[in-house]
Amino acid sequence: MLRVSGLHVRYGPIAAVKGVDLEVRRGELVALLGANGAGKSTTLLAIAGALAGRQGRVELDGEAIHGLTPERIVRRGIAMVPETRDVFADLTVLENLRLGGFVHRRTPGAFEEELERQMDLFPILRERAHQAAGTLSGGEQQQLVIARALMSRPKLLLLDEPSLGLAPLIVEHIFALIGRLRESGLTILLVEQNAAQALARADRAYVMALGTIAAAGPAAEIAANTDLEAIYFGGKARGARA
Amino acid sequence: MGQVIQFAIDVLSLGSLYALMALGLVIVYGILRLVNFAYGELIMVAGYTLYLLDGTALPWLAMAAVAIVMAMVFGVLTEYVAFRPVRMKSVTAVLITSFAFSTLLQHAALLFISPRSRLVPTPALFTRTVEIAGVVVPLRNLLTIAAAVAVLALFTFLLRRTVLGIALRAAASQFRMTRMLGVPANLVITSAFAISGLLAGVVSLFWLGRIGSVVPGIGLEPLLVAFIATVIGGMRSLPGAVVGGYLLALIDVSLNTALPQALLQFRDAFTFSLVIVLLLWRPQGLIRGPATGQRT
Ligand SMILES: Nc1ncnc2c1ncn2[C@@H]1O[C@H](COP(=O)(O)OP(=O)(O)OP(=O)(O)O)[C@@H](O)[C@H]1O
Ligand SMILES: [Mg+2]
Repeated sequence: MLRVSGLHVRYGPIAAVKGVDLEVRRGELVALLGANGAGKSTTLLAIAGALAGRQGRVELDGEAIHGLTPERIVRRGIAMVPETRDVFADLTVLENLRLGGFVHRRTPGAFEEELERQMDLFPILRERAHQAAGTLSGGEQQQLVIARALMSRPKLLLLDEPSLGLAPLIVEHIFALIGRLRESGLTILLVEQNAAQALARADRAYVMALGTIAAAGPAAEIAANTDLEAIYFGGKARGARA
Repeated sequence: MGQVIQFAIDVLSLGSLYALMALGLVIVYGILRLVNFAYGELIMVAGYTLYLLDGTALPWLAMAAVAIVMAMVFGVLTEYVAFRPVRMKSVTAVLITSFAFSTLLQHAALLFISPRSRLVPTPALFTRTVEIAGVVVPLRNLLTIAAAVAVLALFTFLLRRTVLGIALRAAASQFRMTRMLGVPANLVITSAFAISGLLAGVVSLFWLGRIGSVVPGIGLEPLLVAFIATVIGGMRSLPGAVVGGYLLALIDVSLNTALPQALLQFRDAFTFSLVIVLLLWRPQGLIRGPATGQRT
């Protein structure tokens, strides 16, 4: 479904991603792992079209999308949940979701239908519908941004560290949710510091180091054979934070 | 009592113009973090539109509508000419191009119309007066307040109840994320400039209605006023712009009343001193804008 080849991204003089190739097949949950600064978020943002200094090829269902603006890429069916979450803090939960459904604004009824679905999936959002999104807790905000991304009815969901900074119980909840989304047929590319949790649920995994893919394969194989400690020289400190 | 009513109406009518003007500046600044220096020229464009339509068979309201539309068209044109080509490249470049566009418009007016002032048509209603509790008040001042209330209501409705309005508010805090949800960047920016033009257009009717004429340099004062009002209220807050506008009018009108004749010519110096004191106390302005993310 998604094929990335020869992806390079620079931030001015800094080369953050140096020739990444990866593939996500329909219905798969693929994990993208790696230490801090390996270039995972940069890769996701580049796929979503949000970075100007990118080179290389990105194909969705065989069509090149790397030349498109972020607003067009959502229309093609890729939704993004960034690491920074980016809730619209001053807008209500409902307004956040309404923007999530922006792409359906010309289809009568589509927004309401999708809103119901997300509210059923995330009951807390129904309770908080008229509250400013900035006043939600971290876990609630994470649920909101996932729901907001799903409002566009994506084929492919890019999830960047959904467990970041959340209490263990909420992390469980979020991972259970990712499992359910995947069972519902959604294709997911998941970036995680929480490698064990991610590998337990993923079909396949890529490990990034210093802007390139260091290892790739079925999740079980990566979990068993790869020296994650070695690749994750930054992983421990981060794990303590989660 | 009479003096209080007089004072209140003066503050509210002047403040209404300042507030609408400031709002038009902030709606663009909030999203792009760039001041549109060609903003004052929208008043000029609306003014010359009225001048050129004078003598046609159109009723004044129709002329006013055309003038507002022209201000919107030139607002959007500013974006296409001065902002869009260089917006992504450099902030300095945009400041220069918007200055250049402002100068270009002024010189076009100088060259094709006249360096001297030209009369603009005003409706008969503007020159009428009404009596409130024994005070004679120009009807124009009351109409200004009413128009501002109507425009602010429309503006609030647009921003709170329509998807485009919600997108504009979202873009002011997280532009990149807004785009990643499918909201086209150009739609947001063009709408902001169009709304900015609408506000300037409405202001121009009353601003010029006070003076009765238009000159090529007419835009400088409203731009300055809008800028100061937004600095007082908070550069990135829409309610701040409104509060700043009314507060600036309060300062101006108070000084007009309180200063002795000999000092009146230094009124602006007093105003600016007060603004500086205010900023020392609250450097961010009175009302803080939304939390911010990326500018693109
Ligand atoms: N906006 C930016 N400007 C300049 N450099 C950046 C920017 N964003 C990221 N970088 C740099 O690019 C490299 C890759 O960053 P990226 O955020 O993609 O890493 P990551 O794998 O997501 O790390 P983490 O696990 O900490 O989220 C890092 O060296 C980072 O410092
Ligand atoms: Mg990251």
